[in-house]
Amino acid sequence: MEEKIKQLRIEHITKRFPGILATDDVSLTVDEGEILALVGENGAGKTTLMNILMGIYQQDEGRIYINGKEVRFRGPEDAFKAGLGMVHQQYMLVPDMTVTENVALGYQAAWKPFHLDLDMVRKKVIEVSEHYSLAVNPDAYIWQLTVGEQQRVELVKTLCLGAKFLILDEPTSALTPQETDELVSLLKRMKSELSIIFISHKLNEVKALCDKVAILRHGALVFSGNTADYSSNDIAALMTGHEIVLPENKEVWAGGELALSVKNINVRSDRGFLALEDFSLDIFQGEIVGLAGVSGNGQRELAEAVNGLREVESGTIEFFGTDLANKKPYYVIEHGMGYIPEERNIEGIVPSFAIRENFILKDSDKDRFSRHRFLKKKEISRNADTLRQSFDIRTPDTVTAAGSLSGGNIQKVILAREITRAPKFLIAVYPTRGLDMGAIEFIHQELLKKRREGIGILLISEELDEIMNLCDRIAVIYKGKIQKVLSHKEANRRRLGILMAGLDDGSGEEA
Amino acid sequence: MDLVVNILSMTVPFSVAILLASTGEMFNQRSGVFNLGCEGIMAMGAFIGMLIPFLVGGGGPVSGVYNWLGLLAATLIGALLGLFFGLIVVTFRAPQGIAGIGLQMFGVGTAGTLFRHFVGGTQSIPGMNSTPIPLLSRIPVIGPIFFSHNLMVYIAFLFVPAAWYVLFKTSWGLKVRAVGTHPRAADSMGINVNRTRYEALALGGALAGLAGAYLSVCQVKMFSDELIAGRGFIAVALVYFGHWHPVKIMAGALLFSFAQTIQYNVQGLGIDLPYEFFVMLPYIVVIVVLAFTSKNQKTGPAALGKPFNREMRT
Repeated sequence: MEEKIKQLRIEHITKRFPGILATDDVSLTVDEGEILALVGENGAGKTTLMNILMGIYQQDEGRIYINGKEVRFRGPEDAFKAGLGMVHQQYMLVPDMTVTENVALGYQAAWKPFHLDLDMVRKKVIEVSEHYSLAVNPDAYIWQLTVGEQQRVELVKTLCLGAKFLILDEPTSALTPQETDELVSLLKRMKSELSIIFISHKLNEVKALCDKVAILRHGALVFSGNTADYSSNDIAALMTGHEIVLPENKEVWAGGELALSVKNINVRSDRGFLALEDFSLDIFQGEIVGLAGVSGNGQRELAEAVNGLREVESGTIEFFGTDLANKKPYYVIEHGMGYIPEERNIEGIVPSFAIRENFILKDSDKDRFSRHRFLKKKEISRNADTLRQSFDIRTPDTVTAAGSLSGGNIQKVILAREITRAPKFLIAVYPTRGLDMGAIEFIHQELLKKRREGIGILLISEELDEIMNLCDRIAVIYKGKIQKVLSHKEANRRRLGILMAGLDDGSGEEA
Repeated sequence: MDLVVNILSMTVPFSVAILLASTGEMFNQRSGVFNLGCEGIMAMGAFIGMLIPFLVGGGGPVSGVYNWLGLLAATLIGALLGLFFGLIVVTFRAPQGIAGIGLQMFGVGTAGTLFRHFVGGTQSIPGMNSTPIPLLSRIPVIGPIFFSHNLMVYIAFLFVPAAWYVLFKTSWGLKVRAVGTHPRAADSMGINVNRTRYEALALGGALAGLAGAYLSVCQVKMFSDELIAGRGFIAVALVYFGHWHPVKIMAGALLFSFAQTIQYNVQGLGIDLPYEFFVMLPYIVVIVVLAFTSKNQKTGPAALGKPFNREMRT
């Protein structure tokens, strides 16, 4: 077996991708038994740096040292041999293989000349999973497992391959709060045997788990220090380069006419059951109404029904007096509806199209961008440059494919397109899901700005903080029905939580 | 009864060429590479396979060794063409469908041209004799159907369990399946994705070359431009029909061959229909069967047709 990793040191690592400086002269040190948090906004270069450490990318400049000796990794196999292991943010598991087979992919001791010794791998899996009390079924197929279980498989896999130094890339981003707590306590236990680099932008986890913190911004290391000496707010400020205070909706509703009135609609889900049953909701101009609820309770169907993407079996959707039920999306758009859809990569943009093309998806046949069906390239380019600047979209140019941007920047592209079309109303579905604080702050500010301009907004979200900060009224959805509509004053986390779980909040009165 | 036994006893040897080619194509596709050039590799294999016994014997009888030498040479040329295809689609990441059509035209055209240069007009060779298996071949019905063929038939059917074993029970098979489904994961585990694809392409090409030579040396015992007659494309289709599984692919090969054999026999019965109709029959069977089986089809290897680029950001 290879020797212990007493110290891992990287010096002056630089990596360029076409048009982007992904990591810029980064140096870090991690000692034995230490957990280092690597934090930074989306696209700050955390993952790129770790991929270099694992030999998946080759750095353009800089060196890596283990126990003082320089190492060169030409591929992940070299990094494994040195005792490094990484759990990627997108799990690197082959879905139609079993847990054992997935481990066997890297477990070369079991590769006999004419035979793959799966029994040997299976024993190793069981041994490791018992040692670290990481429950996994070695014979389960990956596609059968939940996200939390898959993550355990990733950990077991990495440990089976002999990792003494773990790199975890945003391990909690897809976990439920309970699974996250379990992972944090597990990693605390493992600390006695391993060193860990923990990538995250959830600062409470960083505070709870890590000894040291290193902050990347635009590819460069801007800070490193002991976690204990700094508050979450300090770290957040360093991460984004300025203090983050999520904006709150403090102004009173200025009044306005009825904008969207959903009356008694029935809508079926993809699987055929009634996702919305006799559902009604009114939203006025100049207010933000939050639709709170655990996802999967009819939120998606509501957004799609209003935007002409899903059949409405009965009921009406009145939008400034016109019925939108069962109209084509084009009709809905032309009546002034703005829509930030749930799946930003699938519904929000055409990933392979340039950013500038994504900006005009809904307006390509307007006089501003085309004449006699021919696109006006100059105007499209000018429009894109303006939006890119005013929405701070981080990209080398606007001809880049929108799909290659980070999640936060993609969301800014969508937001820019939707709100600069001067909509009369806006539906935002999970607009900040998976984004870092800086991007969230920006999007919240933009939504509030629109509200001030007198536009009605339906905000569908599962983040209670987001809803409480932004909304004038909060409707709680449960199993396709409105549980209750609360005013901003009446709402608190506990009450919303109870309502979201489908229980009566005990107040008895109608809000 | 005699007719049935007759049809079935032809079904088995006639299925061998597509069985071999299709098994090879299965390895290609399991590794994530779609090789539409199978037909071209078969044509080259068929030409090389018959060229060697022809050059030695001038069309007359030759020692059996030269038939085997022909098959071996065809296997090697097939493997080389598989690697050549790899250069185009794995290293240079050319679109696989287009490159495959190119390989098909290259193979068929080159084989025909070289044939006219080295051999000339239609020329048959004695080819490989059948080797009935003692005792077993004397069992009524079963004997003539399964145990009265040339050696390559037995070998080809032994390839089926062998292919299954390689794919599911060896580390190489595991690698092939991983790079065809989730190359990024395989790469993160230290597996060389491109190398594995090259290896699978070499194996697939070798089997396609052997399949072609089987036609010219063991089955038809001659070469012509139309010898392969779309079997390479049928082989590709059978991989889908067989859901990338060696045993199901064998079933598909037998089904196609059965339809083809019926076609020969029905032609002989003197039914008053244009013979082209009967020739068409097996191909229609494949289309119809594919149409019905693709409805609730399992999806194939997830990365099929996609070149791998480690530093491409997703």
